[in-house]
Order: sequence, then structure tokens, then C-alpha cells
Amino acid sequence: MLAKRPLDPQQALVVDAITKYFHLPKPPLWKRLLGAKETLPAPGMLPQVKNGAKEPIAAVDHVSFSVARGEIFGVLGPNGSGKSTLIRLISTLLKADKGSAKVFGIDIAEDEMAVKQLISRVSVDAAFFKKLSPMENLLYGARLYGVTGPQATVKAYEIMGRLGLKRSTYAEPMEEMSRGMQQKVAIARAFLTSPILLLLDEPTTGLDPRSKRDVRAFIEELRDSHDATILITTHDMEEADLICDRVAVIHNGKLVATGTPEELKRSISNSDELPTLEDVFIHLTGEQLIDVDGANASLAG
Amino acid sequence: MPNNRIRGLSSVRLHALQTYAFLARNWHLTRRYWGWEVVWFFYSLTSGLSVVFIAQGAEALTGEAVGFDVQYLTMYLIIGTLVWRYLSAIFILTSEVIAWERWEGTIEYTLMAPVRRWVHLVGQTAYSLTYGLISTLLIGVAMALFFKLDLSDANLIGAGAVILAGSLSLVGIGILASILPLLYPERGAQMTNVVEASFLLISGVYYPISVLPDWMETIAQFSPVTYVLNGTRAAILDGAPLADMQQYVVSLLALGIVTLPLGLRAFIAAENYAKRTGKLKRVG
Repeated sequence: MLAKRPLDPQQALVVDAITKYFHLPKPPLWKRLLGAKETLPAPGMLPQVKNGAKEPIAAVDHVSFSVARGEIFGVLGPNGSGKSTLIRLISTLLKADKGSAKVFGIDIAEDEMAVKQLISRVSVDAAFFKKLSPMENLLYGARLYGVTGPQATVKAYEIMGRLGLKRSTYAEPMEEMSRGMQQKVAIARAFLTSPILLLLDEPTTGLDPRSKRDVRAFIEELRDSHDATILITTHDMEEADLICDRVAVIHNGKLVATGTPEELKRSISNSDELPTLEDVFIHLTGEQLIDVDGANASLAG
Repeated sequence: MPNNRIRGLSSVRLHALQTYAFLARNWHLTRRYWGWEVVWFFYSLTSGLSVVFIAQGAEALTGEAVGFDVQYLTMYLIIGTLVWRYLSAIFILTSEVIAWERWEGTIEYTLMAPVRRWVHLVGQTAYSLTYGLISTLLIGVAMALFFKLDLSDANLIGAGAVILAGSLSLVGIGILASILPLLYPERGAQMTNVVEASFLLISGVYYPISVLPDWMETIAQFSPVTYVLNGTRAAILDGAPLADMQQYVVSLLALGIVTLPLGLRAFIAAENYAKRTGKLKRVG
């Protein structure tokens, strides 16, 4: 159980040509027996499916990047671009088909348990036992990571207070809390285990502006005071610009750009006036706008 | 590097703490869903009573004196009801180790925690055994208010030994069944109900397996529930001595030795399959 491998002190995360394929589900057996044609998605959206055959889709396609220790690294991309799949691969929740990922020098595929001890993840949907209270959920999570009840209780009060959660809600079922409040408890749960690599998958989605600010401040404090490295995915370009040291833009499973927000802005600017990160995002991912039914346009992915 | 907390704990202490995490979580869930617990208690009690009253009503049904010992049949059915209640509780709670997490949407969080899978399953199993024992005792006490139970000749220690040995097998089978929701996110939980119902049918819970068609009787020989029921009835109804319990205990331990490691290996294989195919994400 104990992690005895030496850790790479500088490189928090090295992702090397990581690739994940998913297969489209087969049509129901009765349809296959009758030889019925499947309804195909819009051309260009997904690979075409022949009857009964399963064509793989590269949700993450040979993605490579590295994150230095102490860095806040943002991953930006449209819906369905592969951001969450990338986070799941690093979180040990998915197995890569190709490539590798190393957390502080430890290969995820070789020593999953050692990596699990170093990371924590906050997903876009706050996953909790909804009938349990925040404190019951936090104690459960903390014990799984080796934090005793008394230690976890003290720390949970401190973190939830910092995140602006009212004490009166600590013992109430989670299902009675708003989505934003639930998300704050999810963030508190991740901080409680003091991960040295924190994976945040759209952590501020659904939060009000004040709460977003609280969470951002806490993320930066975690990095500055607790030596944590943070990988964050977000749709909020302003947020990415504010807190990320570097960002990567991912589109259709492929990495299309990496750099500091400043570098990315300069890369598309022809004048002295710098564009916003949102302009960069649109520039890098908007080339493949697809005309659906000749009317509305939407991003592929 | 701040994350040396896990490294600072001994393996034994860490595993104990993690096991306790599952026990405490399940206790809190039971407490929070107390309304359902009350419903299940009354449902189980009334179902059991309905079956046992069949013995009491045999004479009224036929309109003449029956040619068998009504008290014996009553005890036969009570033992069947309580033993099945206990074993099925173990099976259901163990097999729901994944189903609960899918329902709540917490499966990814729990499976990415640095917990050995056997520790996870020990935690769930410990709760299953405790829950099964307490809930069955409560129903047993309630049933005793309705029927006169003569346990003067019963070998309760022998019955306890058989039930304990049988619990291990049911845990192993429960773990095997628990992989169904991993493999089939939408239908897996329902499939475990089919497994449970099949055990009820073939294991002689309310009747001897000799009344079953030959092919079902043959299958019943492989059900640990059959041995638990036969052993418990021999100990309580016939007062069989401890030495006679050996055959049941040995058979059940043998089944447990096979099903427990088999269940763990199958669970780990199913988890790896789910991680390869992305089935952890889907909430059934």
C-alpha cells in the first residue's frame, strides 16, 4: 500500500501521446437480426457505423504535454473535445489504449495505487451520497485517503468555512443544498486529502460569481501554500486567463495549442492590441464550425 | 511533498481506517434511509408470517386432522424464513457494492481512492454481515411473539457454526454478482435480483429439495443455501450434535474457499474491463 517509489521532484505530470478510443454501442440484437440500418449521426460528427460493426472514436488522440510542479495548467476545449476523458485517464478511471502518463515520475499503468495516493479529482458533477450530510461525505472520503476522523473534522470545518459554506448546512443532507453549494463541498473534499496533483474538471461550473472567486482564491492558495500542482479544465476563459500559468487547447481529441495565455494571444494577434483568451479559443477551435441543417452552427467534438 | 500521510500510517492501520470508512458510510446511509428500513422490516416480517401461517392453517384447509406434526412444520418454515432473510441480506448488500455507487453517482470517486479492492469488499461485507444479523434477530424476536417456539432440544451452537460458515460462501457469491452492475450499467442491478430469486427457488427454503424436478435438485447441490438450511434444521429441529455439523461446515467452508477468491479476482477483472471500455462513467 505504501508508496515507496522515488518521486520526480520537478515534473508533476508528463503525458506522452496518450490515446483513448471508444466504441459506439452495437445496435440492439433484434435490429441486427432484421438487418435494419442504424440512424447515422450528421456527416463529420462521428465515424460512420456499419451494421453491427463497432468503429472506434479517438476521444483523446495522441495528446502530449507536461506540467511542472507547482504549476496551474488549464485545458480548454469545446464540449466533447476530450477534456474530461483526459482527466479520467490521469485519474486512473480509464485505461489508455496508447501512450502513457506519469505523475511525479510514476507511470499510471505501472503503479496505479501509488498514483492514486498523490491525486484528487473534482468533477463537473458533484458526486456525493445525497442523503448524507457534507460532513459525513467528507469524513468518508478523508478516511479512504488515510485521514483520521478527528483530523478530517478539524480540517473540514476550516476548508468549508473558507469556501463560505454555512455551518448550519454541515449536518443537513446534501440533496437539500444548491448545486453550487454541492460543488463547494466537492472542492472541500478534494482539498481535504491534500493532493499534490489536483485534477479539477470544470470545478466552477454552476457557481455564482462570488463563489467562483472564492474557489479561485483557494486554488491559488493551495498551490502557493501547500505545494500543489493543479490541472484544471474550464469553459470560463476569464478564469483560465486569471489563474492558469499555461493552457492547452484541445479539439476533437487532439492538442492544438499549448502556451501561456499571453503566448497564445500573441500567436493570433496581428496588432499591438492583444485579443482575449476567448478570441484565441474561437480561433483555434472555430475553424471546424459545422453547419447543421443549414441553419445553426455548433462546434464539433 | 505534503502527501505523506498515507505513507505515515502502517498498512494495518490504514486498511482498518479504510474498512471503517465503508462501515461508517453504510451505517449513515441506513440511518438516513430509516423510513425504508422500517418498510423492509414490516415487509420481511409479514412475508415470513404469511408463509409460516400456512403450517398453522393446514388443518383448516383440509377440513380434517392432518397426518403430520404442525409444530414441526411451523419451526421448519420459521427456520427457512429467518435463514433466508439473513443469507439474502448478506447476498443483496454485498452484491450492491457497485449498484449503490452507480445509483448515487459516486462510483468514480470511490474507485479512484487509494484503497485495495479487497479492503473495499471487506468493508462492505462486514456491514452486510452486521446488518443481516441484526435485522434477522429483530424479525426472529417479532415472529416469536406469534408462535410458540420450543428450542429446548435445539443445538444452537451447531446452528450458529453452520450459518457462520455459510455466510462466507454467500459473500463470495455476492461479490461475483456485484460485478454485473460493473459490466452492465443499466441492467446489472436487476440481474442480481434474478440470481437471488434463483437461490430462493432451488435451495429448499420452504420445502425439501427432494420435491424439485431432478435437474433442479442437482443444481441445488451446488447452492450453499441448501447446506446452511439442512444443517440449521438438523441442529434445531433434530438437535443434531456438533459432530454431525461437521459435514455441513466443511462443505460450506469449501464453497467459501472457492467463491471468495474467485469473487475478488472476477471483481478486479470486471473493474479493469470497465476502465478499458469507459463503463464506470455511465450511471445506470
